[in-house]
Amino acid sequence: MHIDWAALGSVFGVSLVATVSLVAVFTLGIVGLSRRERAVAQGDSATLALTGAYVCFAACAAAVAYGISLIVA
Amino acid sequence: MENFSLILAIVVVTALAFDFTNGFHDTANAMATTISTGALKPKVAVAMSAALNLVGAFLSVEVANTISKGLVDESGIRPEVIFAALVGAILWNLVTWLVGLPSSSSHALMGGLIGATIASAGTGAVHGDVLVTKVLLPAVAAPIVAGIAAMLATRFSYALSRNAEGKAADKGFRVGQIASAGLVSLAHGTNDAQKTMGIITLALIAGGSIAPDSDPPTWVILSAGLAIAMGTYIGGWRIIRTMGKGLTDLRPQQGFAAQTSAAAVILASSHIGFSLSTTHAVSGSVMGAGLGRKGGVVRWSTATRMFVAWGLTLPAAALVGALAESVTDLGDWGTALVAVFLVASSTAIWLLSRRQVVDASNVNEVEEPPGVVTTAIAAVTPPPSVALSEGLTATIPSPPTAVKSDPATPPAAAV
Repeated sequence: MHIDWAALGSVFGVSLVATVSLVAVFTLGIVGLSRRERAVAQGDSATLALTGAYVCFAACAAAVAYGISLIVA
Repeated sequence: MENFSLILAIVVVTALAFDFTNGFHDTANAMATTISTGALKPKVAVAMSAALNLVGAFLSVEVANTISKGLVDESGIRPEVIFAALVGAILWNLVTWLVGLPSSSSHALMGGLIGATIASAGTGAVHGDVLVTKVLLPAVAAPIVAGIAAMLATRFSYALSRNAEGKAADKGFRVGQIASAGLVSLAHGTNDAQKTMGIITLALIAGGSIAPDSDPPTWVILSAGLAIAMGTYIGGWRIIRTMGKGLTDLRPQQGFAAQTSAAAVILASSHIGFSLSTTHAVSGSVMGAGLGRKGGVVRWSTATRMFVAWGLTLPAAALVGALAESVTDLGDWGTALVAVFLVASSTAIWLLSRRQVVDASNVNEVEEPPGVVTTAIAAVTPPPSVALSEGLTATIPSPPTAVKSDPATPPAAAV
């Protein structure tokens, strides 16, 4: 019987890295958004936080696009 | 399609029926967490999932082309065998839906196929090692992989966002969750609708209607896509409730981690070539996300029932498939008998489900599913509760002060 442990291992590794990094990046984006929310509530501006948030979300959107390209291919 | 016999027509209809049950069984995979965290309204969620399943069905025919070639020998297969296999798979899907347990539709299908093949051509026609590497091992691996990924992602996410609270955060996580749920739906459409296409194509080849090694005809792709989308839209609300509320309580942040982990595992597995069941991956990631939050709990009683159902899926579907195949072997009247049995038992299961309807309106109402202990208690309670009420009516006239003095404790002690 041939069990493809290498394939299973790489599925595990790729899933783990992809999930944790995607969730982390998205969470950072959320942190940026809520920091801005607080800043706006206090009357400050938070351009840096907002820009950072958009960069994070753009990275996530790219990941989703890559996911779709995987499905289509 | 010149020689399109009656049995072939029956097989195609049954395959589409299976596709339909597959759709409503697996709506939960993509949308259970989305619905339970309130990211989308139930009806909107299933409509979105249905649309993406339909789109997914048209994206490729890769899975459909491989379904027939791995597990069983094509040469020994007659349309009746495929019919028997589908009967096993549909009945198992309906029974697990009735009790609200997520279980893998692909395992049910493979089980049915294996059982029917054994009954028809003997054990030699099934490749045992393929069974272990493609079915058993992935069933164990999928929830572990997805669960660990979701748990770590949830932990990490909560650690990062310690000072991110408020409307923006909640809304953001909901949007993210919808995106990952969409990916899961799309991947599901490409995988599971194609399984049915593969089965129908296999039946058409076995019946001599199209040449071996053909791609699925367009009408097969279209009807399979529509069947799975319809099933998804009808929504297996019972399973959605178990997956979204029964296993654990998810907040948007956890739901996002769970759904992202599920999407990552499904895409990675289908791309690297170690195929994992969507159902197993999603169940695992939901539990992982539940464990990942501080104070989060997984209801292991529900999880255990689910694991038991997973273990039973293949043998149960195989048994029904084998029985059905033995009956169809008796001749045309045998096939008719199996068809009647399928319709009758499906109707019976549907009627049973009407006793306690679960739909879009009450899908998020948690009601602890009765476990063995709860059922046993429920069976025993009527006499004591009657005695209790008799005791109450008897005591009320004589000492009213005694009842007032400790109003809360007597019922609690009695239960």
